[in-house]
Amino acid sequence: MEEVDVEPTITNIPAISDGKHMGFAWGPGDILVYETRYKASGASGSGCSFIHEIRKDEDIYSPILRKLFNESHHIFVGLQTIREDLPSKRDVNAQLVRKNPHSVFYSDIHFITLFSGTILTLICFLLKVSILLAIELIWNLCEVLFIDAAPAGSLLLHLLDWVRLHKADVDEKAREVLQSESPAEHRDYWDVVVSYVLQGRLEEVRQMLVKQANLQPAARSMYKQMDTLLSKMPFYNPGGTQTLTEFDVKWRHWHEEVDRCLQDNSFASNRHLELICKILLGDEDTLLDHKELLGTWYHFLVTRLLFCHPTVKLTELHYYAQSCMTMFLDSRSVPEPLDNILLAAFEFDIHQVIKECSIALNNWWFVAHLTDLLDHCKLLQSHNLHFGSNLREFLLLEYASGLFTHHSLWQLAVDYFDHCPEFGRVYLELQIERVPLETERKALKVLRVCEQRQMSEQVRSICKIMAMRALRNNRLGSALSWSIRAKDAAFATLISERFLQDYCAKGTFSDLDLIDNLGPAMLLSDRLTFLGKYREFHKLYGEKRFREAAKLLLSLMTAKIAPQSFWMTLLTDALPLLEQKEVSHQQQLVLGHGFLPHIALQKLHKKRLQEQKHNIPETRFADPISCS
Amino acid sequence: MFVARSIAADHKDLIHDVSYDFHGRRMATCSSDQSVKVWDKSENGEWHCTASWKTHSGSVWRVTWAHPEFGQVLASCSFDRTAAVWEEIVGESNDKQRGLSHWIKRTTLVDSRTSVTDVKFAPKHMGLMLTTCSADGVVRIYEAPDVMNLSQWSLQHEISCKLSCSCISWNPSSSRAHPPMFAVGSDDSNVTYGGKVQIYEYNENTRKYAKAETLMTVTDAVHDIAFAPNLGRSFHVLAIATKDVRIFKLVPMRKESTSTGPTKFEVQIVAQFDNHNSQVWRVSWNITSTLLASSGDDGCVRLWKANYMDNWKCTGILKGDGSPLTGSSGQPSAMSTVLGSSVQSSQNALNGMSAGSSAWTF
Repeated sequence: MEEVDVEPTITNIPAISDGKHMGFAWGPGDILVYETRYKASGASGSGCSFIHEIRKDEDIYSPILRKLFNESHHIFVGLQTIREDLPSKRDVNAQLVRKNPHSVFYSDIHFITLFSGTILTLICFLLKVSILLAIELIWNLCEVLFIDAAPAGSLLLHLLDWVRLHKADVDEKAREVLQSESPAEHRDYWDVVVSYVLQGRLEEVRQMLVKQANLQPAARSMYKQMDTLLSKMPFYNPGGTQTLTEFDVKWRHWHEEVDRCLQDNSFASNRHLELICKILLGDEDTLLDHKELLGTWYHFLVTRLLFCHPTVKLTELHYYAQSCMTMFLDSRSVPEPLDNILLAAFEFDIHQVIKECSIALNNWWFVAHLTDLLDHCKLLQSHNLHFGSNLREFLLLEYASGLFTHHSLWQLAVDYFDHCPEFGRVYLELQIERVPLETERKALKVLRVCEQRQMSEQVRSICKIMAMRALRNNRLGSALSWSIRAKDAAFATLISERFLQDYCAKGTFSDLDLIDNLGPAMLLSDRLTFLGKYREFHKLYGEKRFREAAKLLLSLMTAKIAPQSFWMTLLTDALPLLEQKEVSHQQQLVLGHGFLPHIALQKLHKKRLQEQKHNIPETRFADPISCS
Repeated sequence: MFVARSIAADHKDLIHDVSYDFHGRRMATCSSDQSVKVWDKSENGEWHCTASWKTHSGSVWRVTWAHPEFGQVLASCSFDRTAAVWEEIVGESNDKQRGLSHWIKRTTLVDSRTSVTDVKFAPKHMGLMLTTCSADGVVRIYEAPDVMNLSQWSLQHEISCKLSCSCISWNPSSSRAHPPMFAVGSDDSNVTYGGKVQIYEYNENTRKYAKAETLMTVTDAVHDIAFAPNLGRSFHVLAIATKDVRIFKLVPMRKESTSTGPTKFEVQIVAQFDNHNSQVWRVSWNITSTLLASSGDDGCVRLWKANYMDNWKCTGILKGDGSPLTGSSGQPSAMSTVLGSSVQSSQNALNGMSAGSSAWTF
């Protein structure tokens, strides 16, 4: 595939002089630039520069596009779940919620008029609507040509539908004419009639002509004749019993009959009817005389086919497409991007369609979805790319990456990455880490995505970030639960230490709920286990379950998970137990002597002796060590 | 592309570096006015300066953020021959209400005898490690073993590159398939000896960094260097700012089991652009490594992108035009083409929007 050489766009940055150096910094969804000067050493200059935030033109924050992204996401996900081995085009079609994008934004018109009244916004909106209309035009054509891919006979009918869908202004005009006092005398009357003929809507033509006929009783027979011609025009019926050949024969007969009427000058006295007759014959010059009513070369193409070659096959389309475009456009005018895209579609050059779309459109949305759709229909013979990836994945990755910078659309992007087998996961890992974690709720959302996909490193990292943030803000409980979730033993130890230090300082624990309900998470680190068990000890003591309290305290001492700094406190806690009846003598002895080799209790011990009458042998102790 | 907003930076001298934090909600700027400013982005997208303080006794060349796993930590480097580490202190509630925060210096690294030209944190999986490079040709790697005590840093490695250093870049890959690796660029202007880019790799056995590769084809002064995010590839991509923009591919060659030296690489040049006409001063990758930005003597920032066939080309240019700053924030450029043209015709609209550029993501 040849690379189209397109000039890069130039964006002018104000307040930076031409020729001055520009520094930059990449951000999520933007790039910052500022004036600077790069020199080996000691560069200085004037101060007060500006830092400019540069963004892409296309606006993922638009509410209209938002809805579009959501709907196409829905279609995309549905498409991926079709069985890979049997994607018949009918399956694809069935899955495709063939929602007319008109519905997407026309329902938003109301919304838009409410939300902002500035002219700028309105224009922006209308522009988006126009682009969406163009996109819809392209998409529908691709559906007709590539997916429906109807055989001769039906093909023309689909193309007619396509043209009619995108030429809604006829109905508006018709409505205006019909609602007037005397429709047949309305200045737009004949325009409407001719437009209907051009679109092959002969029923409507007949209804309109009746009104004219009633005004001209003298010409009644002529109108009757025209009416007969119109009513007899054969239209292929795909569901019927008539074969294509039979239809063709019938159509030729009808065509000859119309021609005879023209040669006979049957309508010579009425230029309008004669015009209609010529159109029915598919006369090129007549058609080209009505460029204004046709509007576009592709309308011209379909009309011409309707009245010259209704049994056109897919493979024959491109002959007609190119010639129609050439005939319709002036020699002066150059084909525009939309023309090129449609022409490429008629020529069945799918790659060209995609390439032209990529160039013309600012957002990868359309191209990515179109390519995905075509790929599912096995229509895309992708080149073997770098790293073995393919075009579909390349485009989807581009599109989804663009969504990722949006504060909520990133969730849609996740599904796209999930369906990119080569690089989806690594792209997701890279980008999900960067989602700002403004609130706990958002962090949990991000975490859920990571946990569902066993992205354990990202889970750990996010939890660690949250734990660190909580710790810096002195929210120990939050910090602890995040470290537990991160399975970060070292951090859990650190925070447990802080809890214990706090206890030493204040005599109480904060975040009791958390510590009481640690469960198996307690085992993450020794210090954490100690914290949990120590609190349990306090609870038991508070409930006056002294025997169990003593037992627990004993186990804490003997298990050696108590930090050295805490032994003093433990022993202080032990002392009141010594005077409880429930605590056995043996337990008392062990408690009392538990730490004797290690710490000295002299002052405290003596104090207790004064207060009690227990017979505890006096031993020599070293100086007490403080609790910190 | 369009200018979405312009922030009055308020530095009293040239800005030398601007650095976004990991999540893109904060940024730091540093200047020849010897100060660093920290900015926070509010919910509505406005930037507010929440801290501004003097950091060095000379121009501050670079400022960089540590990974948020380590808290709110910045490092800066300066012409005054030092690098410094700063930590944000959660302030009084009064300060918070006024939208201010305080940063305190945790350490000053004074080992360099010349201007410290770059400072970068190593990838987070290596712990809290800081790397500096200086005009005296030495790369220094420091580590803070206790993440909760940022005043303790130990100099773990001192690597002499023989040539004056201007920039360093760590390979961000955390894959076990490659040992830690960084690239150093030299702005030594003597073109008679090549090898202005050196790649160093960590050796598990010797516990030291050893030179793995010298890019001999780079003979001109190198001003900036950047490894691209790895994306699970087996090879590495390195962008270099020298007299042109160059992108290299480093393919590790399979090691024999007996080999204990650094990895051998096959070095391929993937792209070379001289559109900037003279020196290129900065290069940097976006997050997904799909776009490379470069800034040069022609006063432009250029954006480079590879298509799916891996052909690189310039997809956008940002250029100062010296026009005065308009008061309001910008609108997409599509606006100017719409006014006056029919908005009914989808044909017109699509043509009007034809920016002529293949779409790209940041």
